[in-house]
Amino acid sequence: MENQFIPTTDCMTYMPDMEIIDSDIPDRVIKMMNEYSEDAYSAEDVKRALSKDELSPDDFGALLSPAAAPFIEEIAQKARFETKKHFGNSIYMFTPIYIANYCENYCIYCGFNCHNKIKRAKLTYEEIEQEMREISKTGLQEILILTGESKKMSDVEYIGEACRIAKKYFKTIGLEVYPMNSDDYNYLHKCGADYVTVFQETYNSEKYGKLHLAGHKRVFPYRINAQERALMGGMRGVGFAALLGLDNFRKDAFATGMHAYLIQKKYPHAEIAFSCPRLRPIINNDKINPKDVHETQLLQVICAYRLFMPFASITISTREGQRFRDNIIDIAATKISAGVNVGIGGHTGEEKGDEQFEISDGRSVDEVYEAIVDKGLQPVMSDYIYV
Amino acid sequence: MENNKTQDKLIIGGHSFDSRFILGSGKYSLDLIKAAVENAGAEIITLALRRAATGDVANILDYIPEGVTLLPNTSGARNADEAVRIARLARELGCGDFIKIEVIHDSKYLLPDNYETIKATEILAKEGFVVMPYMYPDLNAARDLADAGAAAVMPLGSPIGSNKGLCTKEFIRILIEEIDLPIIVDAGIGKPSQACEAMEMGAAAVMANTAIATAGDVPAMASAFKKAIEAGRTAYLSGLGRVIDSGASASSPLTGFLRD
Repeated sequence: MENQFIPTTDCMTYMPDMEIIDSDIPDRVIKMMNEYSEDAYSAEDVKRALSKDELSPDDFGALLSPAAAPFIEEIAQKARFETKKHFGNSIYMFTPIYIANYCENYCIYCGFNCHNKIKRAKLTYEEIEQEMREISKTGLQEILILTGESKKMSDVEYIGEACRIAKKYFKTIGLEVYPMNSDDYNYLHKCGADYVTVFQETYNSEKYGKLHLAGHKRVFPYRINAQERALMGGMRGVGFAALLGLDNFRKDAFATGMHAYLIQKKYPHAEIAFSCPRLRPIINNDKINPKDVHETQLLQVICAYRLFMPFASITISTREGQRFRDNIIDIAATKISAGVNVGIGGHTGEEKGDEQFEISDGRSVDEVYEAIVDKGLQPVMSDYIYV
Repeated sequence: MENNKTQDKLIIGGHSFDSRFILGSGKYSLDLIKAAVENAGAEIITLALRRAATGDVANILDYIPEGVTLLPNTSGARNADEAVRIARLARELGCGDFIKIEVIHDSKYLLPDNYETIKATEILAKEGFVVMPYMYPDLNAARDLADAGAAAVMPLGSPIGSNKGLCTKEFIRILIEEIDLPIIVDAGIGKPSQACEAMEMGAAAVMANTAIATAGDVPAMASAFKKAIEAGRTAYLSGLGRVIDSGASASSPLTGFLRD
């Protein structure tokens, strides 16, 4: 997937306006990831991990390893048990809203990247309100606001206003936008947002540098510290993800888990969430695919997250198909999107701007709600209060 | 003993209840809540305000039978200030004066913060709430809660949702001995036998949620808990017989020498 474009900056060097925080977490995560060897585990290690109530990082590593593959049924059973223990029958529902798709970054696998010729757009405040009003009619109470990563076209004030509008229609507001400084996060928290998700994409900084060729996103250390800055800014919860398939998915999943683990140790109150995206085809490149991360491997990763951090929220996106999504919510995932449109302005009429990737599950909120009930589970629209 | 056998009422903040089983309402499929409350014979049901407040498609309040006392909780609060705000909101929304204080700023174990809980209890008791604080069973904290105006004290048996039973048994026993308020064991009760054990040792009531919500047959499990709690209460009121832990008494009396 690599590309002829020659980057002009070092991906490990901060840009002038980027806040530098004093944290040893990124170095510890990278060190542990580099020491993680997926072939170092045996069936005995997997059995030991499965026999424990509380998993060590090493047990987590064992569950992510190829040695765990023959135990996938036992792993799923145990994951289901832990999910029930912590979440009962609850499955949380939400939908993303893409308010702009302008992007300054050049990430070669992403449909929004600044060199990909797609229709660009940004919703006006009126259009955001129309879209949100329409979404709220479905009964959803949790919204995830997304933008392309352009601080110029979608500045913090713009996102803040979107949060204020969202507060009128929804109880829970999450953000999946470009990483920012802690005072910006604090501003958005005051506007009503409480959850921030940042996909690290890959924790392998060398690979990261080859995939993220230009823009703010090129700066690896600024991105990896985003969750900590969000918590410093007063956010209640933070989400973690590696885009599985970009690099060695086992190492990336291990690093994702360790990142969340160390953040939770340092900020015990932080609510932890995982997303588990795999690569998807994009406009002008339908060859992009998750390579060796098949559904079996994805299930293994999701269950390993669940067993390592049983209390964490795990989101399953519409990147995955209906069959996988409907089954994973009865095993390990606790949050599912519904009525999804990943273009700009698609909830009220014709899209103004193109989508980020192809979705695999286009079911409406009602259809997903029914699917949850059919599983004997309880759809929950919100379990949150802004205080 | 605060009650006698014929008039065995649970008194909390001047309110009287026949049932000693407090049911949690989280983690349920909503259509099962009504059956669970009925089979449990519960007169008090807890309610997470964050989950119930306004406009839910399937608002939990609609599923709770009339005549049951709502015990809203402050889950989601990370400090005393947030707990106080949630409690006031609960009152504004018409949930009554009962409030279960939960202050948690640990997302992994969900263990309560006793210090912040005491602060919130003091403020809310002064505002006329019937305050029932969820706490880690520490005698000093329990005394402070009593002094702050708590109407009951709710120590945890083991971490929420763990179903591990009475891991803190000896410390709860101390609270039962020393605190002149109903001691209600909350969190961690996984099986009817564990609920029974708590009642046998003199707990005033038991609260359970996960154990019932995740049972194969929810209404039947609610019924099983009801019976266990009643059995444990009756055993406590009856005065448990002597239980010899290991071996028998020495065959030669140790005090025989006194008669020599």
